[in-house]
Amino acid sequence: MADGTLAPPAAIPRGVSAKPRSGIKQLARRRSLTAFLMCVPLLVLIGGLVLWPAIYSIYLSMLNKKMTRFVWFDNFVFLLNRPTFRDVIFQSVIFAVSAVVFKALIGFVLAHVMHNIPSRNQRIWRGLLLIPWVIPLAMSTLTWWWLFDPSYSAFNWVLNAFGFPSVPWLGVTWWARFSVILVNVWYGAPFFLIMYLAALKSVPEQLYEAATIDGAGSWAKLRYVTLPMMRNIISITVLFSLIVTFANFDIVRILTSGGPQDQTHLFSTYAFVVGIESGDIPLGAAVSLFMLPILAVFAYFILRGVSRRSKEGLG
Amino acid sequence: MTKGWTRRRALAAGAGTALLPLVHMRTAHAAGSLSVGFWDHWVPTGNDVMKKQVHAWADKNKVDVQIDFITSNGNKLLMTKAAESQARTGHDFIAFQTWEVNQYADQLENVDDVMKGLTDKYGQTNEVCEYLGRVKGHWLAVPTSSGTQIKGPCGRISLLKNLAGLDVTSLYPAKPAPGAGDAGWTYDAMLKAMEALKKGGVPVAIGLGLTTDSTDAIGAIFSAFGAALVDSEGNTKVKSDAVRQVLEYGQKFVKFLPEDTISFDDASNNRALISGKSALIFNPPSAWAVAKRDNIKVAEDCWTFPAPAGPKGRFDPYLPYFWGIWSFSKNKSAAKDLIAYLCQREQVEERCNVVQGYDLPPFESMLDFKVWEEVEPPKGTLYNYPLRKWHNARPSIAASWASPDVAVQIYNRGTLPTMFAKLLTGSSIEQTMAWAESELEGFLR
Repeated sequence: MADGTLAPPAAIPRGVSAKPRSGIKQLARRRSLTAFLMCVPLLVLIGGLVLWPAIYSIYLSMLNKKMTRFVWFDNFVFLLNRPTFRDVIFQSVIFAVSAVVFKALIGFVLAHVMHNIPSRNQRIWRGLLLIPWVIPLAMSTLTWWWLFDPSYSAFNWVLNAFGFPSVPWLGVTWWARFSVILVNVWYGAPFFLIMYLAALKSVPEQLYEAATIDGAGSWAKLRYVTLPMMRNIISITVLFSLIVTFANFDIVRILTSGGPQDQTHLFSTYAFVVGIESGDIPLGAAVSLFMLPILAVFAYFILRGVSRRSKEGLG
Repeated sequence: MTKGWTRRRALAAGAGTALLPLVHMRTAHAAGSLSVGFWDHWVPTGNDVMKKQVHAWADKNKVDVQIDFITSNGNKLLMTKAAESQARTGHDFIAFQTWEVNQYADQLENVDDVMKGLTDKYGQTNEVCEYLGRVKGHWLAVPTSSGTQIKGPCGRISLLKNLAGLDVTSLYPAKPAPGAGDAGWTYDAMLKAMEALKKGGVPVAIGLGLTTDSTDAIGAIFSAFGAALVDSEGNTKVKSDAVRQVLEYGQKFVKFLPEDTISFDDASNNRALISGKSALIFNPPSAWAVAKRDNIKVAEDCWTFPAPAGPKGRFDPYLPYFWGIWSFSKNKSAAKDLIAYLCQREQVEERCNVVQGYDLPPFESMLDFKVWEEVEPPKGTLYNYPLRKWHNARPSIAASWASPDVAVQIYNRGTLPTMFAKLLTGSSIEQTMAWAESELEGFLR
C-alpha cells in the first residue's frame, strides 16, 4: 500500500519520459484503489460502530425530552444548573484523575522492580501482576463487592478480628469514593506496568553507562535518562487511561449504583440512570457527551507535547 | 437399479426432497411467526411452564413462536426495550415493568380489545395496573401475573413475638377474616417493634439505597402518610404538612434501621432475613423461597402479611408487569391472541402454582387460587401475600401521585429513600425538603 500511495510526484527524477511516468501513475492509482477497497471493511466498521453512534448521540443530546423538537444546547445548560450534575462532574474528575495518578505511580514503581528482576523469574511475576487486567472487570468487581459487602464484608471481618470497628465501605460518601477508586487502580495498574516495562526495555543501555561514567547516581539516572526517554510513553498511557477511566461504568454500577445519595456517580452511570432508567434519552446523551470537551482538552495538550518531543527527537 | 434411477430422476427426486421441508413449514406455521420477550423468572421452572403453554398455543394456531427469556438483572430487559424502540425492530411483544408502558406509549399497540375480553370475564384490574397500563384512556399493555409482586412485610414469627410482642400469625391468620388487633398494625406500632428488634440485634432490614426495594418500601410509607412531593398537574408539594409529617416520622424510623441501610441493594434485605440477621423485611416471597432452599429453619419461621397503616390508610408496595405489543410488530393479531390465551385463569393458575405463588394475577377474581393456602413451611405463610379484601389495603407504587413521566424519575432516582437517608446522615427536615424541591425542579422540566 505504502509504496503505491506515498511517493510524492516531486520524487520522480527529471528526464524520465512522460509515457512510463503515466504508467507508474496508473499503477499507483490502481494500487491505491486496491488499498482503499481493502480498507473498506474497516472503514465500514469504524463508521458504523464509532462515527455513526457518536454523531447520533450528539443529535440526540440536542432534542427535547419527547424527542420531537430540536433544542440545541438547552440540555447542556439545564444540566449545568443542576446541583446533582455538578456533583457528578466533581466526582468524575476526582475519580479519573486520582485513579490515573495512582495507576501511573504504581505502574512506574512496579515496572522498575520488574525490570530489575532476573529475566528467568520475570515472566512469572509479569504474569501474576497482569491477572487483574485479564479478568473480566464485571467479574472481578463482583469479587470486590463481596469484600466490601455492607453486611458481610471480608475486610470488616479481618478488622473486627483485630479489634477495629467495621468500616462502611460503600455506605459513607468518602469511603465509597475511596472504594471505587481503589478497585479502578487495582484493575488498571497492570496496564501501566506493561507499558512502562516495554518503555524501560527500549532505553539504550549505553545511556546509563555514559551517565555512570559522568558520575550520575540512581536518582540522576532516573531523572535525566529514564524519565526523558519515557516521557512520550507516559503521556500516551496517561491519556489513554484517562479516557478509559472517565468512561468507566462497571465498577460504580456494580459496587454502589451511584450511591450513597448519588455521591459516587460518574458521567456514564449517571447517563444510564437519566437516559435509560428514567426515560430521558436526550438528557442522558447530553450527560455522556460532557466527557467530550474535557477529554479533548486533555488530549490536545498531551498529544501536542508528544508531537513536540518527537520533533526534537526525544522519546 | 441403474435402469430405474437415471441421473435426471435422481435430480428431480433430490429437488423434490429439498423442497419438502419448506412446504411442510409453510403448512405447519400458516399463521406466520411471532417473537416474544418474556421476563426471565427467577424460579427456573417458571420459564418451563411458560414455554409449555406458549408451545401448546403455537401448535394449535400454527404459529412459529420464538421465545426469549430476558433477565431483569443488570437491566438487560430494560436495555433490550430501549434498543428495540430505537431500532424499531425486535420482539413482537415484550414484558414491560412499571412506568415503561408510559415511557414507550407512542410505540405501543392499543390493546383495548384484549383487555375488554379479559375484564368482561374476570372483572377489573387494580388501580396501579390502570395507572400504569392505561394511557389517555386506552390500554397500551396487558397487565400480567408473570413477575407481578407485592413487597409487603415478611417477618420471623418467633423473633417478632419474643422481642417485639407482635404475634403476626394471629394478627393476620391464614383464613378469610381479619385477625385480632389488625387495626393496631400501624406505622407507630411498627416503630415500637423496630426499636425492640434493633435492641435485640435483628433490626428491620429496610434499605435507604437507590434500588427498587428501598424505593418501594419508603414509597409505601409516603403513601400511608398522604405525602406527595408533586401533584398530577406538576405542582410541587414538598413543603406540605403531610411531607413534614412523614419526615418527622422518618427521623425516628431511620434510627432503628441496620447500620448499612444506605448501601442496601435489592439483595441486601433478602440476605439479612435468610442469614438470620433481621426479623423483618419488605419483599415478595423470593426471600422465603430461597430460605426454604438454603436455611429451612428460617423459612419455617417466616410469615408474610400486609404493610402497616398510616394516617391516610394502608398501602402495600405493588410492582406489576405488563405485556405490550410494539407498533412495529409484524404479527399483531397473533400477539394479541397469545397474550389473551396466557391471561386466561387456567394458564395463570398453572404458572402461579409452579412459582409457589410468587406471581400475582392482576384480576381480583383470580386471587382465590389455592396455592397461597397450601405452600409451606409453615402452612399459610403466604396466605396474606395477595391483597385480601379484609386487609383494608390498597396497592401502591411509589410516587404514583405524580404524572408518570415525573413519577418514573422520582422512582428510578431513589428520591424518597434518599430523603430518609439524608435524615439519617444528619440533614434537618428543612434541608431535606429543600434538596427534594431542587431535585423536582429537574424532573419537572
